[in-house]
Amino acid sequence: MDSAVLDRTSEQRRARALEVALRVLGAGPVLILVALCIAIAIARPVFFTVVNLQNVLLQSSAVAILAIGSLVVIVTGGIDLSIGSTMALATVIGWLVFQPLGASSGILVVLAMIGLGLVVGLVNGLAYVLGRIPHPFIVTLAMLSIAQSIGTVITHGQPLPGMPDLVNWLGRGFIGVIPVPALLVAIVAILASLFLKRTQWGRWIFAVGGDTEAAKRMSIPVPGVLISAYVICGGMAGLAGVLLAGNIGGASATVGQSAGGLLDAIAAVIIGGASILGGRGTVFNCLIGALLIGVIRNGLALMGFSPFLQGLLVGTTILLAVQLDVVRTMVERRIRTIQANVGAL
Amino acid sequence: MSIQVDDPILEVQGLYKSFGAVRALGGISFSLGRGEVLAVLGDNGAGKSTLVKCIAGTHVPDAGRIVVDGREVSFRSPREARDRGVEMVYQDLALFGNLSAAQNFYAGRELVWPRWAGRAGFLRERAMLAETRATLDRLGVGIPDIKADLAQMSGGQRQAIAVARAVTFASKIVILDEPTAALGLREGARVHDLVRLLADSGVSVILISHNMQEVTELADRAVVVRRGQIVGEEIPTPDNHARIVSLIVGAIPGITEKKEKR
Repeated sequence: MDSAVLDRTSEQRRARALEVALRVLGAGPVLILVALCIAIAIARPVFFTVVNLQNVLLQSSAVAILAIGSLVVIVTGGIDLSIGSTMALATVIGWLVFQPLGASSGILVVLAMIGLGLVVGLVNGLAYVLGRIPHPFIVTLAMLSIAQSIGTVITHGQPLPGMPDLVNWLGRGFIGVIPVPALLVAIVAILASLFLKRTQWGRWIFAVGGDTEAAKRMSIPVPGVLISAYVICGGMAGLAGVLLAGNIGGASATVGQSAGGLLDAIAAVIIGGASILGGRGTVFNCLIGALLIGVIRNGLALMGFSPFLQGLLVGTTILLAVQLDVVRTMVERRIRTIQANVGAL
Repeated sequence: MSIQVDDPILEVQGLYKSFGAVRALGGISFSLGRGEVLAVLGDNGAGKSTLVKCIAGTHVPDAGRIVVDGREVSFRSPREARDRGVEMVYQDLALFGNLSAAQNFYAGRELVWPRWAGRAGFLRERAMLAETRATLDRLGVGIPDIKADLAQMSGGQRQAIAVARAVTFASKIVILDEPTAALGLREGARVHDLVRLLADSGVSVILISHNMQEVTELADRAVVVRRGQIVGEEIPTPDNHARIVSLIVGAIPGITEKKEKR
């Protein structure tokens, strides 16, 4: 009897220890980022100068915005492959608005780019949900192709220089020492986080990603929730287009597929510990993921390594982060078993 | 045939439902008393799941009447059933592993502030947490950490949360689809306690189960469904297990079948 009671409390203590382990594993991406920064700073002290950190932020901003948009879709259990092309097409549309109107067209250009993103997202969402296409991978793969093609036809594959001052400021301006795009990322991240974690609609996005059937049973408007996720993601791609256009001072239909675009964004979300199966992920960790990729790229440049090594390191980081996540799931299962044994009901 | 009780909370009359060429329900009638625990028994494919899903608003019957608390209803969705005080605990529980106990409790009907903001409103997390904790305490369900994800909880804890959720929001009828099928003995016993508590508080329960011992222990009355029809009604006691099982598998012709032969 006594030993049984003792046994039970020791089991509960073990469960609590595992829960602590779970939290540490959850902090994995932050730990990787900190370790990487320290390692680079030791090798190249110039890493921790204001100018260099500004560079990292400038380089990471568009990817960070894309990643936040991707996160919303990935949390529902979906994927949006079209964000890179949408971002690129947005710069082209912005340029088309800018050309006849000139330098004072800033706000219109920004709205046109974000609007284009929203429309593309809406088409993605409607095609997936109402068109009952089996997986968003297919819909957004098609959209990747379509958006890229439209952009290339308009630009003939050439970069188009020129953007209004507002766009340039948003993409590479400074307030004090802080780059404007980084500030924009911070604002968007806070809003996105509030939306996902604190509003009813945000909760439903997680519920749908956690279990679509259960969500239907609990009368959550699943189609609406799914469509909204793609619209938000498209809008973010449009906004990322604003940052990119400002950063490069013009439009280009051929950017945004791999590095600095789609693949980096999805990598950032995954490195940030979001589940590709849906239902789990945070905006904060997503930013950590985007920063990590930016730091890797920056570190390679500082050390004079080939920039093509970036892919190798990003890929390794993805595997490492996901491995941590696998361990996390195992710990979770262990806790569940202990709970069942203790029978704490 | 129809099995009637006085002043029923639920009356089902001549319910028909077909899926394509397959007739799942062939004119089922029964009623459910206030605070009664009614077991619905039947072999796999007998139509019991279809029957309760019609009552819970998941399926829309082809024909027939459903009267809840004296008012005829025609639910087109689970939400409409829920609004009229009918909750169902599904066999797969309809829980979210990625949400906490409290978040699961309010899934789909979160408390928000301000009200006019509707679905864009902010979640009243603290109020929902307090309410969930109070309900679980009242029902004697001990969840160590109601903020932890459900993925960390045992089958029994999940089942208890699903039942407690239904109990909290159902004012009239709770439908339980095999509530203890996946549970160990101890956890099953806790769910049984919950069901009794429910009936004692005046809520009526429809219990689908394959476990005769559970049915004897919990149910005031049992109806047996076979091939989409009610073929028998018994007060389950340890003595008539064999008879009920025979009715379920069709070893004894049911009441309706006898009538048809005449």
